Amino acid sequence: MKKYFVVSFDNEYDLVDATQDFRDNGFNILDAFTPYAVHGLDKAMGLKPSRLGKICFGFALIGLTIGLYGQYWISAVNWPINIGGKPWNSMPGFLPIAFETTVLFAGLGTVFTLLWRTGVLPGRQPISFAPDVTDDRFVVVLTEELSSFKSKKAEAISMSHHAVEWHEKLESE
Amino acid sequence: MANHVESIREPLVHGNKNLKTITNDVLGIMDKKPTRLWWIGFLLALSALTLGIVAVSYQIMTGIGTWGLNKTVGWAFDITNFVFWVGIGHAGTLISAILFLFRQKWRTSINRSAEAMTIFAVMCAGMFPIIHMGRPWMAYWMFPYPNTRGPLWINFRSPLAWDVFAISTYLIISAVFWYIGMIPDLATVRDRAKTRVKKAIFGFLSFGWSGSFKTWHRYETVYGLLAGLAAPLVVSVHTIVSFDFATSAIPGWHTTTFPPYFVAGAVFSGFAMVLTLLLIARKTLRLEDYITVKHIENMTKVIILTGGIVTLSYATEFFMAWYSGNGYEQFVFLNRAMGPFAWAYWIMVGCNLITPQFFWFKKIRTNMLMVFILTIFINIGMWFERFVIIVTSLHRDFLPSSWAMYKPSYVEIATLIGSFGLFFTLFMLFIRYMPIISIGEVKSVLQFKGRSGGKK
Repeated sequence: MKKYFVVSFDNEYDLVDATQDFRDNGFNILDAFTPYAVHGLDKAMGLKPSRLGKICFGFALIGLTIGLYGQYWISAVNWPINIGGKPWNSMPGFLPIAFETTVLFAGLGTVFTLLWRTGVLPGRQPISFAPDVTDDRFVVVLTEELSSFKSKKAEAISMSHHAVEWHEKLESE
Repeated sequence: MANHVESIREPLVHGNKNLKTITNDVLGIMDKKPTRLWWIGFLLALSALTLGIVAVSYQIMTGIGTWGLNKTVGWAFDITNFVFWVGIGHAGTLISAILFLFRQKWRTSINRSAEAMTIFAVMCAGMFPIIHMGRPWMAYWMFPYPNTRGPLWINFRSPLAWDVFAISTYLIISAVFWYIGMIPDLATVRDRAKTRVKKAIFGFLSFGWSGSFKTWHRYETVYGLLAGLAAPLVVSVHTIVSFDFATSAIPGWHTTTFPPYFVAGAVFSGFAMVLTLLLIARKTLRLEDYITVKHIENMTKVIILTGGIVTLSYATEFFMAWYSGNGYEQFVFLNRAMGPFAWAYWIMVGCNLITPQFFWFKKIRTNMLMVFILTIFINIGMWFERFVIIVTSLHRDFLPSSWAMYKPSYVEIATLIGSFGLFFTLFMLFIRYMPIISIGEVKSVLQFKGRSGGKK
């Protein structure tokens, strides 16, 4: 059975310092819960930079290909129509729409990947370890096997970083 | 270091706020009963919308012969309104995306409402070309899809087809950007909701957002990416709108300066409209601590800059007409300034050239009533700019025997009023039922007092 150790702070600086301290002392950090994106917390938690930038680029390429090839295929292959004597493959004229499809695919693709990857989806219930994390509390959650958890040490670190509150929670709860 | 920075820089939010008071101040608006002022505004907007609905139904049932158009002037009021509304929308994206990329932290208290304004303005804009089709129920013919008529595809060489893609992409990306930005705040509303209905509604709308930092971490990446995508998008949209005119061979339209001219004009008019709305919102909702005089001043400075670009464009057009040696081109510009639509031209010049010059004075920039009045003049001037470009170029072109005048019919005027009604109805509903200020982002720029040294 796993055990969670939930520590709350009332400002971002204590949270970042404490998280760094927990990690340096070998604690396993499950996640942190904050009212806004705290800068520097990703380093303290040891999170790797997100790969969503690459995903975005991939979707952009798909959008660009569909935009360019789609217009080419429709205008020059499927049913070529002479419009003002312009060439069937009027590539420069296809660029504005190709740009728009690139942006559309990249934007929607990235957002849907984000929602799917983080599980932020319609109908989901929020995970809650402590109240007020969407208001004014900064919470870090440590997790460990029940038997091997060093409660005393965790409490000492919490105290030294001015934690407002901490409690333990078992997985089954 | 933090202390030194604090002492030099004015705080972005006034009134000694902490995290809790920000939440309560912004979301308190949603808990309270709407004020009398809100009801007055809402009912006014709703009546204008009703008028618009009646007018639009009438012209769809009867046909667009109800408009004042004739054989010579085939584009007038509707396209003016379309370009006007698209332009209004640009400020929202500029504030939310371009200022984000430039790390302008003051944008945090105004970006949400500016983005909402963008979406509503683009909705108003989209309405006009659809009505102009005459058979709006065929609007889906604008998109390329396999059909039973061949398939007969759309003409991708036409700037009007580009417009369809630009405006739809712009609407979709703006709406997604706005909603994604709002999810954390919707979760805050959910967590402090008192009634079960409200909890359920906002529980659904917030997609189970729990404030997890692993989510925040990716979310920040995506927000940056979306800003990076929206910034060139917004430039492309008004560029393409200007192509509607610039790629034609009509004197007065056939100009290579149109894309930067239109983009600057769009930002100019958009910022004026954001200011108009924000000044109303900050007064009626008592958000003076969040939307500070500093915000207003910064925006007026953007207006000075873009107003300058617009002025330069007007001058360039005249210069090029003279310098090109093209008689038709020269006539169009002389006709603009001295012909039968000279009144519209001089309203445009007066509102767009002279009004922004007042903002050079700090006394005027910091006087909210003055700013409010001046921005209304800019809104009027920018509407007339589009009217002048469209109508004066068309009504007297190459062949004097086909010259004509244009006068809008009551139906067209009612439709314009209706579009304002739609815009303000949506905006009034938004400031009442949604978090009007980005709570999460404002919290992140709040500087804590008494924090000295330390890591970051």
